[in-house]
Amino acid sequence: MLETKTLKEVLDLLESGEITLAEVHKDLHTAISEKNDSLNVYLTVNNAEASPSTAALKGIPIAVKDNYCTKGIRTTASSTVLDTFIPQYDSTVIAKLKAAGGSVLGKTNLDAWAHGSSTETSQYGRTLNPRNPEHLPGGSSGGSAAAVAADMAIAALGTETAGSIRQPAAWCGIVGLKPTYGRCSRYGVVPMASSTDSPGPMTKTVEDAAILLTHIAGHDKYDGTTGDQPVPDFTKAIDKPIKGMKIGYVYHDIEGLEDGNKILAEQLKTFEKLGATVEKVDALDPHYAISVYTVVQRGEVSSNLGRFDGIRYGNDRSHFGDEAKRRIMLGTYTLSKGYADQYYNTAQKVRSLYIKDYEELFKKFDVLVSLTSPGYAKKVGATDGAAMFGELEDMLLEPSSLSGLPGINVPCYRDEETNLFLGMNIVAPMWQEEKMIQVADAFEKATPWNTWRNRK
Amino acid sequence: MTDSTPKTKYELVCGMEVHAELKTKSKMFCGCKNDPFGAEKPNIYTCPTCLGMPGGLPVANKTAIEWTIKLGLALGCKINLFSKFDRKNYFYPDLPKAYQISQYDIPFCYEGVVETSEGPVRITRIHLEEDTGKLQHKTVDGKKVSLIDYNRSSVPLIEIVTEPDIKSAKQAKEYGKALRQVMRYLDIADCDMEQGGMRLEANISIRPEGQEELPDYKVEVKNINSFRFVEQAIAYEMERHDELLEAGETPAQETRGWNPNKSETFSQRTKEDTEDYRYFPDPDLPPIRFTQKRIDELAAEIPELPKAKAARWEKEFGIESKYAEQLTAERPYAEWLETVFAIAEKPNAVANAIVNKKVTVSEGEDPTAVAKKVADLSKTDDVDTSELVAAITKIKEANADAVEKYQNGDTKVVGFFIGQVMRVLGKKVDPNVLRTTLMKELKK
Repeated sequence: MLETKTLKEVLDLLESGEITLAEVHKDLHTAISEKNDSLNVYLTVNNAEASPSTAALKGIPIAVKDNYCTKGIRTTASSTVLDTFIPQYDSTVIAKLKAAGGSVLGKTNLDAWAHGSSTETSQYGRTLNPRNPEHLPGGSSGGSAAAVAADMAIAALGTETAGSIRQPAAWCGIVGLKPTYGRCSRYGVVPMASSTDSPGPMTKTVEDAAILLTHIAGHDKYDGTTGDQPVPDFTKAIDKPIKGMKIGYVYHDIEGLEDGNKILAEQLKTFEKLGATVEKVDALDPHYAISVYTVVQRGEVSSNLGRFDGIRYGNDRSHFGDEAKRRIMLGTYTLSKGYADQYYNTAQKVRSLYIKDYEELFKKFDVLVSLTSPGYAKKVGATDGAAMFGELEDMLLEPSSLSGLPGINVPCYRDEETNLFLGMNIVAPMWQEEKMIQVADAFEKATPWNTWRNRK
Repeated sequence: MTDSTPKTKYELVCGMEVHAELKTKSKMFCGCKNDPFGAEKPNIYTCPTCLGMPGGLPVANKTAIEWTIKLGLALGCKINLFSKFDRKNYFYPDLPKAYQISQYDIPFCYEGVVETSEGPVRITRIHLEEDTGKLQHKTVDGKKVSLIDYNRSSVPLIEIVTEPDIKSAKQAKEYGKALRQVMRYLDIADCDMEQGGMRLEANISIRPEGQEELPDYKVEVKNINSFRFVEQAIAYEMERHDELLEAGETPAQETRGWNPNKSETFSQRTKEDTEDYRYFPDPDLPPIRFTQKRIDELAAEIPELPKAKAARWEKEFGIESKYAEQLTAERPYAEWLETVFAIAEKPNAVANAIVNKKVTVSEGEDPTAVAKKVADLSKTDDVDTSELVAAITKIKEANADAVEKYQNGDTKVVGFFIGQVMRVLGKKVDPNVLRTTLMKELKK
């Protein structure tokens, strides 16, 4: 039963000596062998016994999205191009995880190359949503979200480019934290859109996310885009009153989001009860972000995937799936001579408008909240024929991702009939993850939606 | 019968692109050792980044950037305080990421000049990029294979681009040599041409003399690895274009290579295949910002360059410019030589003696020893006049016909007699005394 514990609980139990790491290992692997065939969460399971550690994470195995390079453990990015690829090095986040006493439990499914918001583009089959297997887990970090939701992991790591941590977290009813761009090193993560890729924790509680983030964050000499800001102990933001904090409620009047916003508005009253103020505020229309993100991301993808030619490792280009091919073609087109100005450079200009818009908003508010995803998890097969599926699902997250801002998803509602969740996205200014952790933790503890804090 | 139409005279219009590998300790975008030519085995100086493994990321080498700026400053360039790296996307097996990190629209340096004896060659831009791996086509176990050595992958590479100011093949060679000299003076590149540490490319076209506009075509001759070859390649192309133009054709816009064995150029790629590199700012590398203060600091670190050194030598030591030009060619040698000048009684005599190879010296030799060798050159032995006259008389007897020649006005034979006297005496005689005595005796 240890697999159902939160990271904090397992750490405490190991600390007190009530349980051993071997028991944790055994329970996790039992859960994986029972559920993986039906849910398709892990692509590779690391059966090596985790060795106890005196470091902070005490040897606890963590589920890792299969786009982090893991030394000696196959890394596919869910594409058969890398079917046989065994990295000779650990990505920096994995190296940090290990240095902090963590280990790799297994590699979780994702949309191939992280292209998508469903895991349906994985060339190893889709993952199912453990909360309701007729539905998708979201993506691209769908495997990691499902691993946590299904208690097939104590905690997990994902990566987000624009929604890939928060959207599957919302759909699976877990916590997903996308740090500030540059907070966690991208070194060793199979790149998707380099200018927004952000590794981050996916966990059962906000506190667990704060624990993991503290250990994986920090400047990296191998990644010139990481910041040299000091890494605070993010758990200090746990159990901190939010009285007097100013919360801006954005995207409250977007057409088509009426149902979700009705529920969210109701939930936001919790903040007022806790002594914070909530104010509806208009932000730059997120619809523009779809075009900006599509152009920027496709351009970067077309360049980033060029190296997968099968010459040095992996299989050749015939293994690319349809989604990757679509993105390569669109990106190649938008970067072509004569078009780069029209598309890529214009997109970058609009991107800076979002950054300015956030600067203004954060003069007035400590954090901004909105729905994470327009609605509940979509049904299996929903991406068929929907080439822009992900962008529409991630529209509410794209402006902050493009701006490099940190954000966190906390479950804010559960539909009793379907057992599916809605998520709230809380966005903080650059390098101020503590603020959103503080607000998210307060919300989590004051509401009934977290299924580990409110076990049946 | 000859053609009555006079043949059109053409002049060269040529710009150059020069690539040089910087000799930083580590590579341009990773920590691997930068020593592709010294490596004992292929692929020993590699890591996930320069191998293009998934997740490898570039981090810019600060020294390489500063050296590029120093070169720019040494060539009188303006410096962009804000700059960035861009991705140049193309496929080739020696390019592991399928893009080269280069600089597109904001190079570190722009608008400089290199002076040559045929006029200034304006520098358009100097930018910094990474070198590629090296392909080797070999036969292994009877099978033809292509092997790739990534020791060179991501070695810092600067590209220096000129305006089409070069007017002759000779000037192209002179420009290349001047550029190499500056880079060596700055101690930023070895410019080993044979190994490929410096590569030349000439953009060649010709136009009728007097025409102002640039020609409407351009032929690039790439990857030339010697100054002599660049001179030959340009001359070869000029002749080829001349023939085509005279036949009423325009030379094709294309890239050509130089075959040193046949001493001719050959077509490699025509314009139709020109690639679209899909440049865009590399999102893995933050833009680079410099303050004017830092640029000034870098400028202060630039050593005295050959021309300035020669001018100062003339002023300080009285070295004639015809000697100084040769003796400043290489910086360590020039710096050593200056220690000799500093203690020499007649520095210009030292310069003269070295240039004319009257003495044998080697770099690093004790300055006092060198000064003594030069002084010894003008030292003479005391010779008794009677001894001298006796020797001359003896020589006169043996060479009666030469004496007659002299007396008939052929003064050229004096040199012959001087040599003879020295040989017979086996001593060094003061040349003035010898000459006067000799002429007096010869007239007798």
